[in-house]
Amino acid sequence: MKIAVCVKRVPDTGTRIRIADDGRSLSSDGVKFVLNPYDEFAVEAALQLAEAGVADSVTLLTLGPEEAKETLRHGLALGAHDAVLLRGETTMDGWATAQALAAELARREDGLVLLGAKAVDDDQQQVGPMVAGVLGRPCVTSVTEVEVADSVATCRRAVEGGQEVVEVDLPAVATVTKGRYEPRYASLRGIMMAKRKPIAEKEAAQVAPGLVVEAIEYPPERQPGRIVGSGTEAVGELVRLLREEEGVV
Amino acid sequence: MKDVLAVADTRDGGVLGVSRETVGAASGLAEAWGGSVDAAIPGATEGEVALGADRVLRMPLSNEAAGNPDLVAGALAGQVQGHGYSAVVFAATARGRDLAPRVAARLDVPLATDVIAASVEEDDVVVRRPVYAGKAIARVRMLARPAVISIRPNVFERAPSAAASSADALATPADVGAGTYRVLGFEPSRDVALDVAEAEIIVSGGRGMQGPDHWHLLAELRDALGETAALGASRAVVDAGWRPHAEQVGQTGKTVTPKLYFAVAISGAIQHLAGMRTASVIVAVNRDAEAPIFGVADYGIVGDAFEILPELARAIRELRDN
Ligand SMILES: Cc1cc2nc3c(=O)[nH]c(=O)nc-3n(C[C@H](O)[C@H](O)[C@H](O)COP(=O)(O)OP(=O)(O)OC[C@H]3O[C@@H](n4cnc5c(N)ncnc54)[C@H](O)[C@@H]3O)c2cc1C
Ligand SMILES: Nc1ncnc2c1ncn2[C@@H]1O[C@H](COP(=O)(O)O)[C@@H](O)[C@H]1O
Repeated sequence: MKIAVCVKRVPDTGTRIRIADDGRSLSSDGVKFVLNPYDEFAVEAALQLAEAGVADSVTLLTLGPEEAKETLRHGLALGAHDAVLLRGETTMDGWATAQALAAELARREDGLVLLGAKAVDDDQQQVGPMVAGVLGRPCVTSVTEVEVADSVATCRRAVEGGQEVVEVDLPAVATVTKGRYEPRYASLRGIMMAKRKPIAEKEAAQVAPGLVVEAIEYPPERQPGRIVGSGTEAVGELVRLLREEEGVV
Repeated sequence: MKDVLAVADTRDGGVLGVSRETVGAASGLAEAWGGSVDAAIPGATEGEVALGADRVLRMPLSNEAAGNPDLVAGALAGQVQGHGYSAVVFAATARGRDLAPRVAARLDVPLATDVIAASVEEDDVVVRRPVYAGKAIARVRMLARPAVISIRPNVFERAPSAAASSADALATPADVGAGTYRVLGFEPSRDVALDVAEAEIIVSGGRGMQGPDHWHLLAELRDALGETAALGASRAVVDAGWRPHAEQVGQTGKTVTPKLYFAVAISGAIQHLAGMRTASVIVAVNRDAEAPIFGVADYGIVGDAFEILPELARAIRELRDN
């Protein structure tokens, strides 16, 4: 069985963001880009399935600019076998992204397609089930652990109040979140080997976005708070404020 | 006429309170268009449902069928196409996050998730939604029809708790056997009484709590605050294995919008703030007066959490007892 993992290049979560002069996008000056943290979980899940002998190859797939190759190289250094760059524009329209990814995935024969539960730039949490929708395959979201046997994937998923266990027939799609998977680090050997692994490059089959970002703004600053006091003497005043000023207790 | 469909959240046959926020958001759009609001309720619900919608569409499903997102999404998409709604509104809960993209894909339209404001401008739905973990807010115009959105819980006004003037049943396939999505079971988290994403009050602990053995101090404060309070944690705590990941607040945990958030012995790293900065009131307890958490907290106490927590729990219990 083959596994494909969709990965996205996103700004590092610690980056201070700056809105560009057009007021509708981010300035990429000085921004460090990384493999989306949730996609690291998905890559880790795929690599563990490969190590367990369930999968014989792990292919990375990204839609993005030329620079996204760096992200692919990082994933290859972790242990993925090969990668595909769909050269194209990423927008907040996850449906457009999903269609471009699915067009490529439809040509492949992956038993399992893994994605991250969310990309930490647009925070949309939607591409996985949409890809599955185009492909007509079942999709399990927010998966914390996946096992594959006899053409069935058994997934544990995080839901409010606990864990649900869901089974789907392959081929299937799953979105991965933090759980059992602790992303590995790239070894020096992995980094060396990644240089020789193949990255196929294609133009993405893109549809026009069906939503437009008209503006990006900074969130309203929180009013500077106040230190009520120090030590246990401050507790009485804090509780009074929470009751009388805020009405929250 | 431009009508709006609101999709309610149910659990074990009961309608969740967040559904009135979904209907509230839908009503705002419907009013601007002069249309009406239908509320679809996936999952069998008996008796009156007072959601504030004009019409209620019951989707009588077994718990098992209601847990199959493909089945529910198929039925909802069919209803949307049949009626021709101009907008469809979900709540960005675990269930809503699962359904909304499936419905949008079936309708061949985009989706805006985690919306914090929605209005009609020049006939289009225009929404605001946080991006980059709340470090920025995007204003987004939905060009396609219907406009499909999911709203962030605890942000929109609830629709009045009023019964609908009419109710219909929505045809849904009863059998899940044909689907390939099979829910085998549910394991409730141990000692997690209320999910952090659903709580009105959150008491979160950080690495400064020094170990899981001290969590009873936080649990006592939570208990004092009542049934709508839940425990949360920073990633440092979850990574150390002191608390389950389900309690993690932040960029790679949950995004929460409670009315009161206690950050106890949490430094306030940017990835933690990403998950809780939209809380209405933030209280920080930290022994380091320079901790970044004080920069976002409405109220802070500088001091030792081990001394302050018992005192705080006692004071709140006393207040509530009177
Ligand atoms: C990709 C990525 C994603 C991440 N996602 C998340 C996320 O989702 N959620 C998250 O929380 N973090 C996340 N982080 C980690 C984040 O950067 C911080 O490392 C983490 O939040 C620190 O946790 P903490 O505040 O508990 O610990 P620390 O930073 O160690 O802070 C402990 C605090 O406790 C105080 N303290 C110590 N003893 C006492 C005492 N007795 N009384 C009172 N105060 C005391 C100290 O002054 C200090 O401020 C992420 C990081 C990365 C790189
Ligand atoms: N441009 C992209 N290229 C490849 N995968 C993507 C892209 N955008 C999103 N994804 C995948 O979809 C997941 C969810 O993204 P989103 O729905 O945007 O939050 C991500 O974690 C990735 O696995």
